Amino acid sequence: MSEPISALNHASYTGIAKVEECGLQGMITLRGDLSDKVLIKAVKDATGQKVPGQREALIKGDTGVCWMSTDELLVLVPYAEVETKLAVMSNALSGVHALAVNVSDARAVFRIAGANAREVMGKLAPVDLSAEAFQPGQIRRSRLAQVAGAFWMDDDETFRVVCFRSAADYVFKLLKVAAQPGSEVGVY
Amino acid sequence: MLILNCPYCGVDAEETELAAGGEAHLKRYGPGSSDGDFHDYLFMRENPKGVHFERWRHANGCGKWFHAARCTQTLEVFGTYSAQVFEPPQKIKDAITAKRPGWTWREFS
Repeated sequence: MSEPISALNHASYTGIAKVEECGLQGMITLRGDLSDKVLIKAVKDATGQKVPGQREALIKGDTGVCWMSTDELLVLVPYAEVETKLAVMSNALSGVHALAVNVSDARAVFRIAGANAREVMGKLAPVDLSAEAFQPGQIRRSRLAQVAGAFWMDDDETFRVVCFRSAADYVFKLLKVAAQPGSEVGVY
Repeated sequence: MLILNCPYCGVDAEETELAAGGEAHLKRYGPGSSDGDFHDYLFMRENPKGVHFERWRHANGCGKWFHAARCTQTLEVFGTYSAQVFEPPQKIKDAITAKRPGWTWREFS
């Protein structure tokens, strides 16, 4: 079988922050009633996390769960485990009104790291990224220039960005321009 | 720039994250209705100078539809509320009455 490869295969760029494509990330879109006990247990079994509250992201490394809307979660698991985890999850959810789908190969993930990471993201998304407004543990679905994207912070100087795979090249170019040397704005 | 608070994800979303969905609280007249009702449902829209009710979708965000009450003259936003209602909640009506006493919009006031 052919070897799976991520959209930009770990392309990276260093300017006022380091931008890199993270490679393959297992992702499951889970829709259903987020207060359902069966769904809560399925999320716990897959990620070890509870169901996140509004705009929360509970992530450790490449495993975790993000709040996407009132009836949608994004479950992150290691790429190699996604099929097994999904099978277990689908099986557990067979009796409830819920849907779990493997979207790993439909997405691309980027990491933006460095003291100016907030600035790089702030140039692209219409979101208040000041330290008072946006912190690790939160997720924000928004747009990156002209395409949809979601992002969260792994720590105070690191963002992870998820976008559609078809827009990966566009988003990488955006991030590169936003991270050009000498382009610090100094607002955050 | 119009900024609306999405009642589903709690974000103060600016206009570029949102998609406008036209007038709110339309009653659909489908098959079996009179030609007059169907015509009005399809074509007749409010175009007020002042209080107006609209549908918006948090397209670059949680993806949910919601309602917004705002003033077309000043762009003041009176409030946003769930899409799952047939008329504006009393809280929104009160907020409008506080700012625009005597307002009316279609059958609401």
